[in-house]
Amino acid sequence: MMLRIGSGAGFSGDRIEPAEVLLKHADLDYLVLECLAERTIALAQQRKLHEDSGGYDPLLEKRIRKLLPLLLEKDVRLVTNMGAANPIAAAEKILEIAKELNLSCKVAAVTGDDVLDQLDLNAIPWETNRPISECGSIISANAYLGVEALLPALESDANIVITGRVADPSLFLAPQVHHFGWSLEDYNKLGQGLVTGHLLECSSQISGGYFADAHNKEVPDLVNIGFPFATIDADGRAVISKVEGTGGLIDLRTVKEQLLYEVHDPAEYKTPDVIVDFSTVQLQEVGKNQVEVLNGSGKERPQSLKVSVGYHAGYLGEGEISYAGTSALTRAEIAGEILKKRLIDDFPNLRIDFIGLSSVHRTHFNGSTPYEVRLRAAGYHDSEQMARLIGEEVEALYLNGPAAGGGARKKVTESIGVLSTLINREKVQAEVYFNEWIKGEERSGATN
Amino acid sequence: MKLFEIAHSRAGDKGDILSLSLIPYEEKNFEKLCEKVTPEAVKNHLKDVVQGEVVRYELPNIKALNFVCYQSLLGGVTTSLAMDTHGKTLSSALLEMEID
Repeated sequence: MMLRIGSGAGFSGDRIEPAEVLLKHADLDYLVLECLAERTIALAQQRKLHEDSGGYDPLLEKRIRKLLPLLLEKDVRLVTNMGAANPIAAAEKILEIAKELNLSCKVAAVTGDDVLDQLDLNAIPWETNRPISECGSIISANAYLGVEALLPALESDANIVITGRVADPSLFLAPQVHHFGWSLEDYNKLGQGLVTGHLLECSSQISGGYFADAHNKEVPDLVNIGFPFATIDADGRAVISKVEGTGGLIDLRTVKEQLLYEVHDPAEYKTPDVIVDFSTVQLQEVGKNQVEVLNGSGKERPQSLKVSVGYHAGYLGEGEISYAGTSALTRAEIAGEILKKRLIDDFPNLRIDFIGLSSVHRTHFNGSTPYEVRLRAAGYHDSEQMARLIGEEVEALYLNGPAAGGGARKKVTESIGVLSTLINREKVQAEVYFNEWIKGEERSGATN
Repeated sequence: MKLFEIAHSRAGDKGDILSLSLIPYEEKNFEKLCEKVTPEAVKNHLKDVVQGEVVRYELPNIKALNFVCYQSLLGGVTTSLAMDTHGKTLSSALLEMEID
């Protein structure tokens, strides 16, 4: 009784076509779309404040329109966190699309991750030494739910399970627990299942995406890169592969890179369901673009759940201008000094970057002088109007700065910061709402 | 020799903490990486980036190393003033390291 789970999105902006390919050709039982980054939910919460029915993934409608007919035709269940700040509104939107396409469909919406009302404002977040209440105006607080929250939805006959904040790999672990009937105290099985989820959650990052390089790391046909799926047995042993004929590459190297992605201590990877030990994992190439993953393990789950708190962090002001020719860098440096003198009083943390030389590594490791350099200035301010000053001063370099600066651009962005804290899991109550549309009639109701 | 000649890497971020995997192309080079790419050497190589401690984890099962670098992302993705707020490009910075 093997189980097959596909990864159809690894972030909210991911490509949609590879999910269609998986549905058509991978003989899936489940498709998972992971679309919620750390800050995404705070941004979604802001949209919800402006409009009650909003607050779910901006690409939900586009994705569902493309995927729903295939999901139903192939009898594949969808698990996704595209509900973001409003899973119930997202479920209603999905049913609206189902009705339009005249397809019967049942959706389960999982809520309970929104813990804004239970948030301890006096708690010190991981990122600073000040209590949360002093970090700015709070927008949202969402706990990372685990498998338990999803199981009642999976035990129903819902075609689609839509959630807000759930630990990314738990979206993949839940179907395994449900399908194989694993105990929630069988921590070695949960650990292995979580490893498989972790490997799948970033879509093509395991099938050659974000891996390719000229040196030693050629990846064929990135244009048509295929997303991964796992074929899993009752012990959790998984083979990661992709649809034949798609681009990309799955081998020991791509799997190892993804295994360690965003991991700190590999023996203590904390999730809501299990503390996973990645160091026991064994990998083996068992065919072309097929890697077997086994022996992941774990120990008892933590009593607390992680909470992401979104807050208003002021306004980011940015300005850029380019210089070219043999003395490009010198002129960019002169411009940078002018900006510092003019802006430092209002922006003590003003940042000056030389794009093309040292902007992303904050230094450089070879001594070459670039032919062209783009100067970037950036700073934060509580006031939007003050944040504009940075772009204005960069633009003013046209007439008032060194020779031949060009292509000035300015921008102000409202910034949402994220803080992390913990909440006792007893305080978090997940609920599932079922809603369905059947050709010719409509039924809806809330349970649990 | 530069690290990129024998190994590959991927960067990850959590808050202000940067993680960097280091994986030899050929498993026989794992011991050499363990010997040469110490946490101190990484901290020194990335002195313009890493303000805090560097901790190294070894995964002999899959022949890979994992470096966790504290205070390395100018405050973290959501409020950093950096161009690359996630520090995603920093795997390339690690691979520029010279070893004997």
